[in-house]
Amino acid sequence: MKKFTLAAVAAALVGSMVPASADHTIPLLSYRTGPYAPNGIPYADGVTDYINMINARDGGVGGVPINLIECETGYNTERGVECYESTKGQGALVYFPLSTGITYQLIPKATADDIPIHSMGYGRTSAADGNTFSHVFNFPGTYWDAASIIIKHMMDMEGGSLEGKKVALVYHNSAYGKEPIRTLEELSKKHGYELLLLPVDHPGQEQKSTWLQVRKEKPDFVTMWGWGVMNQVAISEAASIRFPMDRFIGVWWSASENDVLPAGDKSDGYKAIAMNRPGTDFGAYRDIQKHVIDAGNAAGAGDQVGTILYSRGMLNAAYMVEAIRTAQKIHGAADITPGMMRDGLENLKIDQARWTEMGFDNFTSTIDVTCENHGGPGLGAIQQWDASSKTWSLITDFVGADRDVVDALIEADASAYAAENNISGHCK
Amino acid sequence: MFYREAGDFKTSYQSDQATFTLRLDKILFWGLMAIATFIVPFFVTEYWEKSVFLPFFIYSIAALGLNILTGYCGQVSLGTGGFMAVGAYASFKLMTGIPNLDMFLVIMIAGLVTALVGVLFGLPSLRIKGFYLAVATLASQFFLVWLFNKWEWSYNYSPTGQINAPTRDFLGIDVTGPSTAPWATYLFCLGLLFIFAWITRNLVRGHIGRSWMAIRDMDIAAEIIGVNPLIAKLSAFAVSSFFIGVAGALYFSVWLGAAEPTEAFAIDKSFDVLFMIIIGGLGSILGSMIGAAFIILLPIFFKNVLVGYCGIPTDIAEFTQIIFIGALIIFFLIKEPHGIVAYWRTLKEKLRLWPFPY
Repeated sequence: MKKFTLAAVAAALVGSMVPASADHTIPLLSYRTGPYAPNGIPYADGVTDYINMINARDGGVGGVPINLIECETGYNTERGVECYESTKGQGALVYFPLSTGITYQLIPKATADDIPIHSMGYGRTSAADGNTFSHVFNFPGTYWDAASIIIKHMMDMEGGSLEGKKVALVYHNSAYGKEPIRTLEELSKKHGYELLLLPVDHPGQEQKSTWLQVRKEKPDFVTMWGWGVMNQVAISEAASIRFPMDRFIGVWWSASENDVLPAGDKSDGYKAIAMNRPGTDFGAYRDIQKHVIDAGNAAGAGDQVGTILYSRGMLNAAYMVEAIRTAQKIHGAADITPGMMRDGLENLKIDQARWTEMGFDNFTSTIDVTCENHGGPGLGAIQQWDASSKTWSLITDFVGADRDVVDALIEADASAYAAENNISGHCK
Repeated sequence: MFYREAGDFKTSYQSDQATFTLRLDKILFWGLMAIATFIVPFFVTEYWEKSVFLPFFIYSIAALGLNILTGYCGQVSLGTGGFMAVGAYASFKLMTGIPNLDMFLVIMIAGLVTALVGVLFGLPSLRIKGFYLAVATLASQFFLVWLFNKWEWSYNYSPTGQINAPTRDFLGIDVTGPSTAPWATYLFCLGLLFIFAWITRNLVRGHIGRSWMAIRDMDIAAEIIGVNPLIAKLSAFAVSSFFIGVAGALYFSVWLGAAEPTEAFAIDKSFDVLFMIIIGGLGSILGSMIGAAFIILLPIFFKNVLVGYCGIPTDIAEFTQIIFIGALIIFFLIKEPHGIVAYWRTLKEKLRLWPFPY
């Protein structure tokens, strides 16, 4: 009995300390330091500039400005938890930690706290099953979609069949890097290629032995799930053993300028999967230039504008802004709560006409989130690096994943999680 | 004037050998404990629980464990991260394998499993010393992390190797899982830290502790006067690993709720805990806690001051923080090689003589 009173008092104290905020509070869990900073910085800059542009151009969403709180995680889960706890009390609407490890950490906690998580093309793949993961969204695509699309591209290069070929996966030895393994194994059964697994330990600066193995085993293709300095080291090592670059295909997190530039001309022809078009010829970029950069408010050093990960940060921020708008429409209120934000994310619909209005004409795939499907369309295109002009360009259209294989795996993993945690499913 | 033995008469051996011989010390300690137990839980918020108290308590237990081995028995170990991983994975297997087991028992059994593993990796200490032993324990660090990365049974065949703590209770009160009350986990970890500090205090002034210190000071002389190095060294490894295993189990199950071996239990964990005891004070219980506070809480304090109050960009604040802490470590190591706890000892000595120092 005494314990219950104690709990009640404690709960009352915590409750009374949450300030009522007039702004839309969005925490930005970023990493501008450490071995993952080469990828963390452009992403954080993209998010920040886009949100600042929305505040400057439209005065926020529905008349309510967005308050972006940045918190440095260093890609470390302990510090990610510290950031989550320190920003949660300020009325955080949504979390996007840009780290699979931190996402795993936050899934049960944020669900219990009724705060949504948007892990855009990272995090736990089976969170695409919205029936089990009510508060987690990973549209526009999952790791398993990416793995399947990469294999499809390899098949196209080989004239339709991977029978008897050898595919190597160079991956970050963590939950992030291990995500695609199960899909690649399933697909290897289906298409008859041999899968070679080559883990690289954190932080990934030492890969001599990995690439020695590649040279020895002579795989026909290498795909990579890398992040941070690991990407640039892998591409340089691949160049140094003269692995044909057009047969080296990275996931969308191993696809930025900062990854290929250190290898210089030798990285020419490196491929990666993309979830958005490269380049800066979009209305949103012009607005950022006008309202943020020309006003002298560019985030960070301002040198990342226009890069792949900067664009992806903008895209992530654009999803968030549109979700706030959707939430406001559903609930008929300008001020929204994290719970309303979750509804906004779950009913997010962006067709190409709307994308064009938002200044992202022909930029990325259509979004249609439903209660059951939090994983989005799962489309991806292949982009290739041209070292002489220092630009990425798309070499295929946006294509879909092998839904039979991917959906069955998502179903299996999500139902295992539901059984472990007694989740009955929240969709009718 | 007020902090001295005068008038504080001891009439039995028991009171003469008490932990706190000065009345004021005793009052201060129990007063602090009373505040921590009966007042703080009413005010503890989730931020203070998850970012300040739990990490402090858990790293204090780990530092106590390593201090037993390194500070009291003189065996340098770089395997702390690996042993924490054993505790974490043992608790995970127990929590998922026997769902009704009380969390206190889970933590204790996880500690025992780690003690066994610790004894196993302590065996080389009978033949090798100093830096060479450090290298041998380094092997355990890498081996254990590799094992939990490879051995699918240890993480219940999850596709990513990530382990997640389900909701479990201690005497009917939830202490793990996503919806625990801050006061519950706070009191649970505080209680465990109190128990372990009490055990350490009584171990190190008894027969076993004396044999550890004899081995530390000169192992050949200790052997000649009748200390069995096999028992002394292995018992130090067992007790130390038990503590570290408990810390690892709490780290994973109560504090974070999820872990993956390569990130959570990497070599930097071992170094962090070793730095804690070196900076706090080797062979000191209070030193272990001061060291844990220094390494864990100071960065959070700096972050909150620099970003929260001064509004400095996060990356610059981070680098400033690293420079500050690095400079402080160098400062303390030069000015006080016996750790920050030595300042506390000097202060107490000075207080006893104040205001008439001779």
